[in-house]
Amino acid sequence: MKKKFIGTILALSLAASLITGCGKTVDPNSDDVLYVYNAGEYIDPDILDQFTEETGINVVYDEFETNEIMYPKVESGAAIYDLICPSDYMIEKMLANDLLQPIDYSKVPNYENIGKEYIEQSTFDPEHKYTIPYCWGTVGILYNKTMVDEPVDSWSILWNEKYKNNILMQDSVRDAYAVALKYLGYSLNSTDHDEIEEACELLQKQKHLVQAYVVDQVRDKMIGNEAAIGVIYSGEALYTQRQNPDLEYVIPKEGTNMWIDAWVIPKNARHLENAHAFLNFLCRADIACKNFEYITYSTPNTKVRDLVEDESLKNSEIAFPDLSQYHNLETFKFLGDKGEKYLNGMWREVKSY
Amino acid sequence: MSKKTKWLAMPYTIWGIGFIIIPLIIVLFYGFTDVSGHFTIEGIASIFTHVNLKALIVSMLLSFASTLVCLIMAYPLAYILAEVGRGKSSLLSLIFILPMWMNSLLRTIAWQNLLEKTGLINAFLSFCHLPTMMIINTPWAIVLGMVYDFLPFMILPIYNVLCKIDKDTINAARDLGANGWQTFWRVTWPLSLPGVISGITMVFVPSLTTFVISDILGGGKILLIGNIIEQLFTQDNDWNAGAGLSVVMMIFIIISIIITDKYDREDAGK
Amino acid sequence: MNRQHAGLKKFYSIFILLFLYAPILTLMALSFNASKSRSHWGGFTFDWYISLFEDERIMQAFTNTILIAIASALIATVFGTFACVGMHVMKRRTRTAIMGMTNIPMLNADIVTGISLMLLFIACRINMGGATVLLAHITFNIPYVILSVMPKFRQINYSTYEAALDLGATPTYAFTRIIFPDILPGVFSGFLMAFTMSLDDFIITHFTKGAGFDTLSTKIYSEVKKGVSPEIYALSTIMFTVVLLLLVIVQAKPQMNRSKK
Repeated sequence: MKKKFIGTILALSLAASLITGCGKTVDPNSDDVLYVYNAGEYIDPDILDQFTEETGINVVYDEFETNEIMYPKVESGAAIYDLICPSDYMIEKMLANDLLQPIDYSKVPNYENIGKEYIEQSTFDPEHKYTIPYCWGTVGILYNKTMVDEPVDSWSILWNEKYKNNILMQDSVRDAYAVALKYLGYSLNSTDHDEIEEACELLQKQKHLVQAYVVDQVRDKMIGNEAAIGVIYSGEALYTQRQNPDLEYVIPKEGTNMWIDAWVIPKNARHLENAHAFLNFLCRADIACKNFEYITYSTPNTKVRDLVEDESLKNSEIAFPDLSQYHNLETFKFLGDKGEKYLNGMWREVKSY
Repeated sequence: MSKKTKWLAMPYTIWGIGFIIIPLIIVLFYGFTDVSGHFTIEGIASIFTHVNLKALIVSMLLSFASTLVCLIMAYPLAYILAEVGRGKSSLLSLIFILPMWMNSLLRTIAWQNLLEKTGLINAFLSFCHLPTMMIINTPWAIVLGMVYDFLPFMILPIYNVLCKIDKDTINAARDLGANGWQTFWRVTWPLSLPGVISGITMVFVPSLTTFVISDILGGGKILLIGNIIEQLFTQDNDWNAGAGLSVVMMIFIIISIIITDKYDREDAGK
Repeated sequence: MNRQHAGLKKFYSIFILLFLYAPILTLMALSFNASKSRSHWGGFTFDWYISLFEDERIMQAFTNTILIAIASALIATVFGTFACVGMHVMKRRTRTAIMGMTNIPMLNADIVTGISLMLLFIACRINMGGATVLLAHITFNIPYVILSVMPKFRQINYSTYEAALDLGATPTYAFTRIIFPDILPGVFSGFLMAFTMSLDDFIITHFTKGAGFDTLSTKIYSEVKKGVSPEIYALSTIMFTVVLLLLVIVQAKPQMNRSKK
């Protein structure tokens, strides 16, 4: 309401000065562009070029570090995108706040390549009208075999004094709290203040052991032997192992987060045809396979495994895990505005500790 | 010149009202309201929660430290440069200010490269069989980054003022029997104070409000008040609290400017 | 006293010089390192420069940076110079008020300036992008122009101007012929200041940029968030060299003028 109020006054007073002299590099209203907003290091850049070659549509590609950074930009209308790839709980939040529009699946024939089980698992989109799963995976521990001399099977290693200044934690509220809550045996969607406070104390206790709170940098730092242990998404494990064979990925026995990232079209998207064309392109078997070989995140596309030529990748347990052996995987849920605000505050308690 | 000339200032005045004054009013508006638009001082008062207060105190301490280090490092250098540079080309002093023109992010990244665990300094230390050091992601690294980024801002104004001091004043003090130290403390230092003060503001304000240096050199382990404001806007989507803290930050800047301005005036009064 | 301490002074200057330049020089050295590891020299290479120039997104960010810097500095110079001419004949009180407004972006924290502009754009429902960054840069550039042009008005010799008017020159003609040349050095240095401030800005751009628009600063920031790559070292080297050359040219120019006279 108030936004509207200020808006009308300002729009009037400023319209005159704005109309003059605003050169734009890309015209967002032209027909052959597509604005994509994806997480960092999450696509093979060649695929974007190939899409432009095949369709003549230019892809304006932006990256966000965390879901939390993506949300305010989209919600406020500060940046308008045609396709976004958030995680499960964030999609739930965007749906709750009416920011998304349904996908026209008839324009995405390759959608049939997506495994039914992944669509069923997309409980954040109960009617299966708004999303197309892109990647899925777990959160686990990546460690360097030459620096860690004990078996790693539990989150407890992240609280081991021996690895002071050698631990990398995720710099995102939900992922960091998921680690602590799971270690304590609670649900990672807990909104119970006592449980969250307990997790907060645990994270505060851990802080002096942590070298840095980072997101995408975990990958480069682990490859460069900068740290011994890092909390990382399963998809990065294969990539990092390829670069540095000393690295090993484990899913801790206490259980962890199983996540699905999916493509959505925001309400204010301006290039719907192009968005659907891009989604169809991404779901095409050869493209999905090429992308998988580059980013190594587990794909819900059922055609990919047969196409992968690299045997080690094809038989990788990390890329194609048998999740039936883990009984305590959990998916993030949107905690509601109140729950989220509380958790954000508690995360600052950790960061400023 | 004719009376009509003054209308030439109109475009800028309109621009300034539109892009300087109105935006600040919007910040004030959000700072003094809650999500539903009702008046509240909650946003401003949130500075007193212990997380924000701690961030503010840490920011103050780190910017005091970096300002002090900058002053200690810059003053002798400006003094030497002014002595050498008087009458000669200013090329020499330019060399010391040149890094200011280099992208400040890149300069901060340079230190990240030097300080990291596998960084160059540690590689060198372990090559010499010396113990390695871990100052990256500590407050020390942030102070270092601030000093490095803002040192030229301290050198430049002090140098400018020192250059303008009349040599005769110093010679007169000498003739009247003052020794080197006396001349410095009684003549040069008081005369250079305006430069020192503008140097202090030019280092203190950006240090107090930075979020980039703490982000790159602090490893996310140290929250400065700038980081909190940035996160409230870009991650938590809590504009009211963010605007409230921005207002508090502006108050601190105004206070520091009033203080330095007062010193400046007193000095001019003498 | 001066002689005695000459050695000490030299030592101190060199110490500061090392402190200022060693980090930049190491980055430059690393940009030629064939090995991706920082602590290990893998031989000399130009590969990082080649891959830098092949990276379309960095190149686009580079073009954006230069375009924004030139455009914002030019527009700010025009606005700022006109404002100075106008303010100069104003009543003292109005002038003080406008100068007070001018001081706000200079003294305020960049983060607050950035956020306030972001809130303005959002409130006006303006889709952020290159245009909003340009508007923001002009806004924080004008004060630099005004502050470097304004003092020049104090040095103007009005008797010549009045003499020209007495001899029948129109005010505009007299202004462009007599006053403008006097303030020109201030206009020029104001433009340069504005240009470099715009080139270097990260914080305000960070808050006012929208979808698909990056300047070098914001691009570097997002790259750092993913881990520093050697291409960034190469970029640093190029930027430093360009800045060095620019300053040498700017520095050499007044000396050439002087020798002409």
